[in-house]
Amino acid sequence: MTDLSIENTGGRLNSIVVDWSDEKQAFHVPWGKVMMWIFLISDTFIFSCFLIGYMNVRKSTTEPWPYPSEVFALELFGNPVPLILIAIMTFILITSSGTMALAVRYSHFRDKQKIALFMVLTALFGATFVGMQAFEWSKLIAEGVRPWTNPFGAAQFGSSFFMITGFHGLHVSVGVIYLATVALKVLKGDYDRKNNYEIVEIAGLYWHFVDLVWVFIFAFFYLW
Amino acid sequence: MEHTETQQHPIGVYLKVWILLFVLSTCSYLVDYFQFQGLVRWSLIVIFMLLKAGFIVAIFMHVYWERMTLITAILTPPVVLLVLIGFMTSEAGYTFGTRVDHFGQPEKAQRIHVKDVLGEEGH
Repeated sequence: MTDLSIENTGGRLNSIVVDWSDEKQAFHVPWGKVMMWIFLISDTFIFSCFLIGYMNVRKSTTEPWPYPSEVFALELFGNPVPLILIAIMTFILITSSGTMALAVRYSHFRDKQKIALFMVLTALFGATFVGMQAFEWSKLIAEGVRPWTNPFGAAQFGSSFFMITGFHGLHVSVGVIYLATVALKVLKGDYDRKNNYEIVEIAGLYWHFVDLVWVFIFAFFYLW
Repeated sequence: MEHTETQQHPIGVYLKVWILLFVLSTCSYLVDYFQFQGLVRWSLIVIFMLLKAGFIVAIFMHVYWERMTLITAILTPPVVLLVLIGFMTSEAGYTFGTRVDHFGQPEKAQRIHVKDVLGEEGH
């Protein structure tokens, strides 16, 4: 095998030329990882379309936009705390990203118990996140927020909210199933046959992406 | 595969980034909690957002340790989104203008407080 280290390909920029002119493959990573990245880039465009669409309707409406910080406030110890549920959800998702990073790390050592432990932990954090989102949806629906109307201002608030957080919640739910499946297969020793634990890292990429999308939703929808 | 062996990073890197993401999230939450307004608010929100996104992509998603070919293949396509943002911003401004021209400004252009709708006990 040819030596593809940065030193031997003449620096980082020159390595692009070397990689793209390679006769067999341009990306020197497992194909599954490239496939996941291609999926994630297309998913980036889907979520961007949602967020840019939200920007468009928010900017073009003549109705006043609701105060997200008040709409998502929760009563704690007798005082309404602005946006507190969303803040807790954010911390839960970041924590789940941390535990996923640990699972990926242990996959390099083929430590099955620890991989499965941290993946299940990640999935549980994800399930908690979805649960809190369901609570948030029920609360808003009870207050009269609908995709076509809401009592707090511009109707576009409801449609953007349900579409964006709904699609993100779907991603988290799918991720929980994905991680649980891989964790189970790790424990069963399914990846020992080929001694190939790349799928843990690939599942990790998906999970971190879900966290990444939330960073943008949190900033643009809840804080703006 | 040999390359997995080169991708082992000390556990401390993850813990540090993890703590950093916590701190950055707290900061962006405090922007709302202390009700910063105007340019300060928008710039703080965007700065904290980009820092968080950067650390997630670079460290958690391992992009920092990837080869330049993969990094550029991942990071350049989303740049075209700036064009869509530009188009949609100008389009939204146009739509807003025609709405004001044809339907006039709505009577209650003031933003609505939640407690005025649901009452003090609303939450």
